[in-house]
Amino acid sequence: MAATEQTIKQVNTLGDTDYKYGFSTELDEIRPPKGLNEDIIKFISTQKEEPEWMLDWRLNAFKVFNKLPKPEWAKLNIPEIDYQDCYYYSIPKSLKDKPKSLDEIDPEIIKTYEKLGIPLKEQKMLSGIAVDAVFDSVSVATTYKKQLSDLGIVFCSISEAVKTHPDLVKKYLGSVIPVSDHSFAALNSAVFTDGSFIYIPEGVRCPVELSTYFRINAMNTGQFERTLIIADKDSYVSYLEGCTAPMRDENQLHAANVELVALDNAEIKYSTVQNWYPGDKEGKGGIYNFVTKRGACRGKNSKISWTQVETGSAITWKYPSCILQGDNSKGEFYSVAITNNMQQADTGTKMIHIGKNTSSKIISKGISAGKANNTYRGLVNILSKAKNARNFTQCDSLLIGNKCGAHTVPYIESSNSDSMVEHEATTSKINEDQLFYCQQRGLNSEDAVGLIVNGFCKEVLQHLPMEFAVEAQKLVAISLEGSVG
Amino acid sequence: MLEIKNLHVSIEEKKIIKGLNLSINKGEVHALMGPNGSGKSTLSYVLSGKDKYEIDDGTIEYNEKNLLELDVDERANEGLFLAFQYPMEIPGVQTSFFLKTAINSKRKYLGQSEMDALEFAKLIKSKSEDLNINTEMLKRDLNVNYSGGEKKKQEILQMSMLSPKMAILDETDSGLDIDALRIVSEGVNKLRSKENSFLVITHYQRLLNYIKPDFVHIIADGRIVKSGDYSLALELEEKGYEEISNSA
Ligand SMILES: Nc1ncnc2c1ncn2[C@@H]1O[C@H](COP(=O)(O)OP(=O)(O)O)[C@@H](O)[C@H]1O
Ligand SMILES: [Mg+2]
Repeated sequence: MAATEQTIKQVNTLGDTDYKYGFSTELDEIRPPKGLNEDIIKFISTQKEEPEWMLDWRLNAFKVFNKLPKPEWAKLNIPEIDYQDCYYYSIPKSLKDKPKSLDEIDPEIIKTYEKLGIPLKEQKMLSGIAVDAVFDSVSVATTYKKQLSDLGIVFCSISEAVKTHPDLVKKYLGSVIPVSDHSFAALNSAVFTDGSFIYIPEGVRCPVELSTYFRINAMNTGQFERTLIIADKDSYVSYLEGCTAPMRDENQLHAANVELVALDNAEIKYSTVQNWYPGDKEGKGGIYNFVTKRGACRGKNSKISWTQVETGSAITWKYPSCILQGDNSKGEFYSVAITNNMQQADTGTKMIHIGKNTSSKIISKGISAGKANNTYRGLVNILSKAKNARNFTQCDSLLIGNKCGAHTVPYIESSNSDSMVEHEATTSKINEDQLFYCQQRGLNSEDAVGLIVNGFCKEVLQHLPMEFAVEAQKLVAISLEGSVG
Repeated sequence: MLEIKNLHVSIEEKKIIKGLNLSINKGEVHALMGPNGSGKSTLSYVLSGKDKYEIDDGTIEYNEKNLLELDVDERANEGLFLAFQYPMEIPGVQTSFFLKTAINSKRKYLGQSEMDALEFAKLIKSKSEDLNINTEMLKRDLNVNYSGGEKKKQEILQMSMLSPKMAILDETDSGLDIDALRIVSEGVNKLRSKENSFLVITHYQRLLNYIKPDFVHIIADGRIVKSGDYSLALELEEKGYEEISNSA
C-alpha cells in the first residue's frame, strides 16, 4: 500500500506522463546476441540445464513457429515485429550462481523489488502472500516454499519444475495451449524463459494467495513467460499475477503462455493486475502484451475464474479462455480494461462449452480515455454435446472524452438447442452531472473520475483478492490521470 | 460571507438570472422562495460552479474571495455546500466510502491529515443517528435505489459531516413526509451557529416553520422581487406568488 501512496504522490508531483515504475536497475547481464534461431534456443536450454526432452520440445515448437502465419489483428494497429532484433535471454550475472537464500541476492535486485513494493523479505511475508518473483528471465526467490511443501503443494519456477517434476510438466505442458495454436504460442514454447509452476494435490485447499510479480528489466528483451497451474481433484488455489516494466522509448514484447488445468471438483482463481508501461502520450514506447491464457476445466464440477485488471501496455491482446470439458464445470471471466492516451487494447474471452450443464459468465468493463481504443472480443461456443449449457455475458463500456473508441464484438456459436446464451452490452459517456456532484463534495476532477470509474468496475474488482482490490482501485484512478481537462 | 451583485446568467443563449442581488452575512439563514422555473436551482449551480452557465455580468464575493474564479472543488473545500434538488446516484460507490473520500478531500485541501478510521466511524454513526438513518444504508451504493426522502436525508448527512460555512439547500423539503421534514430540519438547526450561513430554497412556507429564517426573498423571473423577514413567507402563503410579484 505504501508503494501506491508513493505512486500517487509521485504522479501528482511529476505530472501524468511519469510512470512510477519507470526506473531501471543497473546490472551486469549475461546476454547472447540478438536474433531468433536454433542456437539461441539451445543456449537458453543449456543455461537452464534442461533435460534433453525439453530442448527437443522447444526445437519442435520453433519449427512449428516458422510454419505458422502471423495472427490477424482486427482492431489493433500493430507495427511489424522484427523477431531478429530482439534479445531472447538475459539474466543478471549475479544470479548465474543461483542464490540459496535472500541474503545472497544482489542488493540492487532487492532494491528494485522494494521500489515496486513487493514484499520479498521473509519478515514482510506476514501479509499472507507467497511471492515467486521473476526478474527478467530467472526466478529470483520463492518464498513460503516450506509451508506450502508441507501440504504437498509445489510452487516454483517452471525451470525448476522441469527438473524436479518432469512427469507433471511432460503431462500437462502444452496440453491446454497446443504448440501449434498460433504463432505466439509456438514462439513462446520455443523460447520461454521462466514463469510459475503450481501443483495442488488432491483434496488440498491452498491456504495463501500465490503470487508472481513479473518485471521486464533489460532493454530490448522479449519476455516469454510460461506458467502452468494444475489443481488436482477437490483442490483450490488462488493465484495473482502483477506486472510492471521500466519506461523506455523502444517497445518491448511480452508473449506469455499461461495454462491452467482443473480436475474433478477443483477450482482455480487466476487474477491479473497488469500495469506495464503504456508508452508516453504520443504513443512512443511501451510494452506489447500478447498473451495466451487458457484454462481447461477437465474434471466434472470444476471451475476456473479469470479476473483481470488491464491498465498498462501500449498494445494488449489477450483472451483468457476456458475450455469447459467436465460436466457441470464453470468458467468465469471478469475484466477491467483501461486505455488512455494512445493505448490499444483488444481483449475478451473464449468460453468453449463441451460438457453437459456447463456454465459461463462474462463481465467486461472497458474504459477508454484520450485517443485510446478499447475492444471487447468474446467467443461463446456451445458444442453439440453441451446439453443445458448456459452463458451470461455483460459488456459495459465507458468513454471519457470525444476522441476515444469502444467496440464490442461478441461471437456466439451454438450447436445445441437446449443451451441459453444471454448477452447485454452498454456504452456510455462519463456522466458530467455525477462528476459535478463529486466535485461539489470536494473531490478534484481526477479523484472524481477515479471514483466513478471504480464504481463502474466494482462488479469486477470485488472478485480480486482483498489485498489487491485496494491496490487495483488506486491503479484504476492513476491510469486515468490527465484524462479530464 | 456571500455577496451577489447584479448577477446575470444565461444558458445556451437563454437569459435566466437577470440582475440578482443578494447579501448573506455570517450566521444568517436566508430563505429563497419562488415559482417553478424562476431560476432558483440555476442560482445554486452558479454558486457552486457548474459549467455551461454563462456569467454575463455581475460579481460574487465569498469570504473575501472572488467566487467565480474558484473551481468547483475549491469552492466546496472552502466551505460551500449544495444540497442538491436531485442528488446523483453513483453506482458501485459505497455511501460511507464516498463520505470518507469527501471528508478527506477537504482535509487534504486544508493541509490536514486523513481522518482515522475510528474517528470517521464515530462521526458517521452519531450523525446518522441524529438523522434517523439506518447505518445499513451507508453500505449501499450512493443514492442508488434510495427513495426520494432517503436521498434528501443523505444530502443533509453529507452536509452535517462536512459542516460547511455556507450551505445551500435546494428544495430539500420536497418529497419529505412530515416526520422526515422535522428530522431534516433538526439536522439543519443543529448546524446553525454564529459562523455558518444558509440559503434555503423552497416552494413552501411549511419548511420555514421548522427552520426559522432571518430573511425571506421572493424570486421571480431571475430577479429578487421582494425581501423581508419571516412574515413575508406567511404573506406569500396567503396571497400566492402572483399577487406578491405584481404588488412588488
Ligand atoms: N440546461 C438548461 N438548458 C436550457 N434551459 C435551462 C437549463 N436549465 C434550466 N433551464 C431553464 O432555466 C429556467 C430556470 O430553471 P431552474 O433554475 O431550474 O428553476 P427553479 O429551480 O426555480 O425551478 C427554466 O426556465 C428552465 O427551463
Ligand atoms: Mg429547482
